[in-house]
Amino acid sequence: MRVAKFTTPLAITAFLMVVLFGALQAQPDAIQRDSLEVATDSLSPMPAVAPLVKPVNPSAEDTPNDAGNSMDIAWELGSDDAARVTKYQVMRSESPDGPYEVVGETTQGQSKFTDNTVAAGVDYYYRIVAVSDPLGDGVTNFASAESDIIGPAVSTGQWFNTRRLNVLLWTLVLSGSVIFYIYRAKGGGNLYIRKIAGIDAIDEAIGRATEMGRKVFYVPGINDMDDVQTLASIAILGRVARLAAESDTYLEVPVSKSLVLITARETVKEAYSKVGRPDSFREEQVHYVTDDQFGYAAAIDGMVVRQKPATMIYMGAFYAESLILAETGNAAGAIQIAGTAQPAQLPFFVAACDYTLIGEELFAASAYLAREPMLLGSLKGQDIGKALFLASIVLGTILQLLGLDFQWLLRVS
Amino acid sequence: MKREIPLIITFVAGCVFVIQYFIPHWPFNEFEQVFTDWFSIVQAFAIWLGALSLLKFSMLKIQRRQKDWYMSVIIIVGFAVMVAYGAYDGFVGMNANPAYSFRDPGTHFDWLYQNIYTPLTSTMFALLAFFVASASYRAFRARNFQATLLLIAGILVMIGRVPVGDLITQFLPESYRAANLADWIMNPLNATGQRAIMIGIALGTVSTSLRIILGIERSHLEG
Amino acid sequence: MKKIVPVIVLALLFAIALFNDSALELSPTWSWVVTILLGLAMVVVLILSMTGKMIERRIVFLFVGISLVLPFFMNFTMPLNVSPVVQTLYDALNKLPKGSKVLASFDYDPPSAPELQPMADAFVKWAFRNDIKVIIVGLWPQGPLQANLSVEAAMADPEIAAKNPKYGVDYVNLGFQTGNEFVIQGMGTSFRAKFPTDLYNTPYDSIPLMRGVENFSNIDFVMNLSSGYPGTVEWVQIAVDRFGVPVGAGNTAVQAPQVYPYVESGQLTGLLGGMSGAAEFEKATGEAGQANTFLLSQSFAHLVVVGFILIGNVALFIGQNRRRAPLV
Repeated sequence: MRVAKFTTPLAITAFLMVVLFGALQAQPDAIQRDSLEVATDSLSPMPAVAPLVKPVNPSAEDTPNDAGNSMDIAWELGSDDAARVTKYQVMRSESPDGPYEVVGETTQGQSKFTDNTVAAGVDYYYRIVAVSDPLGDGVTNFASAESDIIGPAVSTGQWFNTRRLNVLLWTLVLSGSVIFYIYRAKGGGNLYIRKIAGIDAIDEAIGRATEMGRKVFYVPGINDMDDVQTLASIAILGRVARLAAESDTYLEVPVSKSLVLITARETVKEAYSKVGRPDSFREEQVHYVTDDQFGYAAAIDGMVVRQKPATMIYMGAFYAESLILAETGNAAGAIQIAGTAQPAQLPFFVAACDYTLIGEELFAASAYLAREPMLLGSLKGQDIGKALFLASIVLGTILQLLGLDFQWLLRVS
Repeated sequence: MKREIPLIITFVAGCVFVIQYFIPHWPFNEFEQVFTDWFSIVQAFAIWLGALSLLKFSMLKIQRRQKDWYMSVIIIVGFAVMVAYGAYDGFVGMNANPAYSFRDPGTHFDWLYQNIYTPLTSTMFALLAFFVASASYRAFRARNFQATLLLIAGILVMIGRVPVGDLITQFLPESYRAANLADWIMNPLNATGQRAIMIGIALGTVSTSLRIILGIERSHLEG
Repeated sequence: MKKIVPVIVLALLFAIALFNDSALELSPTWSWVVTILLGLAMVVVLILSMTGKMIERRIVFLFVGISLVLPFFMNFTMPLNVSPVVQTLYDALNKLPKGSKVLASFDYDPPSAPELQPMADAFVKWAFRNDIKVIIVGLWPQGPLQANLSVEAAMADPEIAAKNPKYGVDYVNLGFQTGNEFVIQGMGTSFRAKFPTDLYNTPYDSIPLMRGVENFSNIDFVMNLSSGYPGTVEWVQIAVDRFGVPVGAGNTAVQAPQVYPYVESGQLTGLLGGMSGAAEFEKATGEAGQANTFLLSQSFAHLVVVGFILIGNVALFIGQNRRRAPLV
């Protein structure tokens, strides 16, 4: 033990010296810059040996459901498209007499192009030029053929994206259901919510930490405050902090993002105040570690191995570090409760943790812990939405079996 | 007003974001990008809060010689070295001809990044191989019916995902060989389960977002 | 001392494997001998667990470590079938005429390189060999640098080197852009707006390959290599669904199950899933690479893990009979 006390700092010092020495010795390579030989590229069609078949039936239409800065150009391929054409040039002008400029190119076999550089409300004229340039030098066996001029075509912005009508319908139905039950719950009455073992275990887990005199680690995931999972995690943290404050158990919250640090710190501080123990709160309980995914995992692993907390709670968004954290916590002998809405990480948490909140259970946890009627009402509204989804899946399956197309109802554009 | 102002901002921003999804016309088509840019800017400034907080508590730990204080020394030294070399390379690169960035290949910062940081993160990621083994050894026990199903599915997928699986089962009809069984478990079975979980998550997201927008969920504001 | 020995053994093995470079290669006979010895060692572990001895997790780690390293000394070739999802991707790439422009998005970092780098290498080599133009972008900061490694690997091939693919004409690296899925959305309107210069600060308009490339409508195919967010899901949701450009993907084994539904629905044109996907793609394209060796390591490791799972269950049943279950 005594040897280890000195060897660890020595080893670390040696490591740091190697890092510094290596960095100082590093000879930066000459910054390589590939010099680009800018090839001259004549875009003007030159007289061809044999004429190409020109693209026929060109059309220019306003792209639907956009802000008015896009035009869909289409044409029919000529009979010699496969044999001779190397590219199509789309040329545009604001006057039928020109001058025309090239706004884009497509390769052989393609008969569509979207011009995203138009201004709304302006008349444009287009023509499509089929080009045969087999050697790419603009001279040898070069041929081109221009389509008829199409126009005037005007692009306008739309005030409603009709391709998202189905999304609007579902949004209104789901939101309406949630809001209806939230405000209905205000009127009183018991709302049933099924038992979620993982959330019930939080009380027991914190109690275990209190009895053992060890810490509770709360890991809120590695995403920032713009992720709804992190918001749900902070909501749960408030409840967990209150329980920890009541039982005078040390709660440590290592965070990965600065905005989460600020929010989590305020949440925990407020929780301590609400139970009448503002002096028990210490700022270093909620501390920033690093933004880096594996640096965060390494830091938490180190803390867990050295401090051996009694309870680990993982709530939020996790990625590859989930199993690293959970296995280390398991090796340290902690009781572990996890909750995430990352489907790929759920199997790891299920295998390594004692309790796992799967997907929507994470979002329900805050309401479950608080037992406030309005929050529970939102869960009921969510369940109604799920019932409607189930019904639509069954209906859709039946319609599909009957050969009737209903995908417009579900496709998102 | 300390609580009301954040609630009002949340409500207005939430409603605007929902509405802009359905209206392609200017200015609604630019809201998403503008708000995202604002968030990136706020996030960039906020990093300083985290970094300074980290430095402050590391120094306090060293000063008080708390348990494991030497870990804080490593944090501070690593932080200082990266910042110093990044600043040095950035300053020199800015004045060089042609100018280059401190992140460009060949700089000291890049050397530290490629030779210290990258191997360290790769090492942490490589730990997963060992942890998967120990987690599987501990978790895949046939204690009950569901656990037995999990065990069988796990074994089939693990064997089917590598060529050894087909080698072992080559005497079976093609559709019963390990690779095809693994595909069958992953595609109709696993994909179905994943979709069900994703539908639940989407509904949970809608519900949570509505609670936050309407100000019913306030834990992140007031604890 | 007992705890350090496995660490030292593994460290030595890893070090030798790292610097081996085929100098120390076991013949097929010795490869089989070593494999059988490993199997016998596991039988010993089984017997020990049946007698009630606790199997430490370090023993599991040691076996996994040995099983990962040994294939680097072996000369095994495993039979491999190209799965339908990989074949779909390869067929779609093969249909592209010479001169087609493929946007390759490298959305991963070095930790995911063992799975994705072989896919990237095989793709870039195939593209150069078949005169396909490659436009490299990255939504992860390290992605474009990983792409450069693939280009270097391709240039080391004598046949490709003889073709002399030119930067700016046959391929270009536009670098990394922050913004996640908003970058993809912006590219639907203008590549230039999102990538005003390439990785080496050359202006967009000075790059011959980018002339006439305004947005996705000028791209023939998108090849995405991703290990998380932002990645394949975002490319499908935006590039495929909104802009209609065909996208093929290579993912890590963990992410692949999440992406399978997009293959089933036809939104994704093929998928390379994990190490086996990389090896199958190497076989389909005929580009020999590291995926086969890595897949051999993975095969050994999988067998060891399955072995320990079976050992654990045997011990559980015996322990239940004795009213004692050895657990780690």
